[in-house]
Amino acid sequence: MAAPMAAGTDPRALSWYEATARQRVAALADPGTFHEFLPPTERRMSPHLPLFDLPRAFDDGIVVGRARLDGKPVLVAAQEGRFMGGAFGEVHGAKLIGLLRAARDLRPAAVLILFDTGGVRLQEANAGETAIAEAMRAIAELRAAGVPVIGLIGGRAGAYGGGGLIAGACSRLAVSEGGRISVSGPEVIETNQGAEEFDSRDRALVWRTMGGKHRRLIGGADAFAADTVAAFRAAALDLIGRAPAFDLATLEAEQARLEARIARFGDCRDATEIWARMGVNDPDAVPAMTTASFDETVARVAEAHHDAR
Amino acid sequence: MESLTFRHTTEKPLGGTAPSAITGVVASGNLEILLERVLPPDACEVAIETPIAGYGPVWEAVVADFVARAQPGGLRISINDGGARPDTVSLRLLQGARLMEA
Repeated sequence: MAAPMAAGTDPRALSWYEATARQRVAALADPGTFHEFLPPTERRMSPHLPLFDLPRAFDDGIVVGRARLDGKPVLVAAQEGRFMGGAFGEVHGAKLIGLLRAARDLRPAAVLILFDTGGVRLQEANAGETAIAEAMRAIAELRAAGVPVIGLIGGRAGAYGGGGLIAGACSRLAVSEGGRISVSGPEVIETNQGAEEFDSRDRALVWRTMGGKHRRLIGGADAFAADTVAAFRAAALDLIGRAPAFDLATLEAEQARLEARIARFGDCRDATEIWARMGVNDPDAVPAMTTASFDETVARVAEAHHDAR
Repeated sequence: MESLTFRHTTEKPLGGTAPSAITGVVASGNLEILLERVLPPDACEVAIETPIAGYGPVWEAVVADFVARAQPGGLRISINDGGARPDTVSLRLLQGARLMEA
């Protein structure tokens, strides 16, 4: 299916943050190799949104299919963060789960999930919650069968709610500065605990708590990408090559890593305190660092490197 | 939701061979447009689903203007609207036609 690309520019130079899900997939894959499953012409739309008098999308906000990445066969799912915040509805979730289950038979070199989601779509919450659980189970089964699942996070909706949980189940994650990973979003925390606990309008606070740089420094994400399709492609290829085995040793190493993290940083009140304790020389300078100098900082931080997950 | 359908006869078919194309996203002030080359070469149908009721005459004018400019013969065009302004609708329709001409 024809889909728009910015005219006259290299598609791989596209901003990941600005691109649509379709633009990301088309530019991430080897040129011309993406084949979509259940494309918009199939009109597999939400059966629930009309009850709420809300508009539907022909793909229910997720693009799934197969492609090649540097010649290797991969399956790809890309969420469209601008349609209902990329949220999981019944059809949206079923497309991701179907893709993950198909991977058990097709045995691709990897499954790539391009997260861009606020979590479950509240208008179809039961179906959405079920989809989150089934997706995590499907990822566990797939990883146990030896297929790495790589998450790429750099869209405007981040990876929140159930999307943050699914991201946590992946083999490896790449994140950009604009990307955010968490479960409860800033507004949710503020609503439940008050602005003294977390001021959702403080964008600097939001990003240094949930943003890509913090997640990379504490080892929550395994690669930091500049905000281009080319950078995410390079990160995905690198991560596929060093996905951990999904066995008891990996899970025990992950448990030990997380226990050590909470023991060492659990009393910190701000991410800058964590960075200082990690040995980052000038923690206040981290948010403004360029990708190159941030990479140098990451290289010196022990917590950013691990074989677990 | 309001459903609107407009049928036009064109003077010629739209050039190109792409069987289908999609552009835009269903988001606030935006819309998605799915174009399929499935109709007789002198026919064009535009079907719209919009949550903003009562703007039928505006849609009719925007679609008529697009048909006159692009001559999109052969296309069935389906729109999921997120409350786009007429200029955005016009722009997306022309983008869609350009994709089909590729």
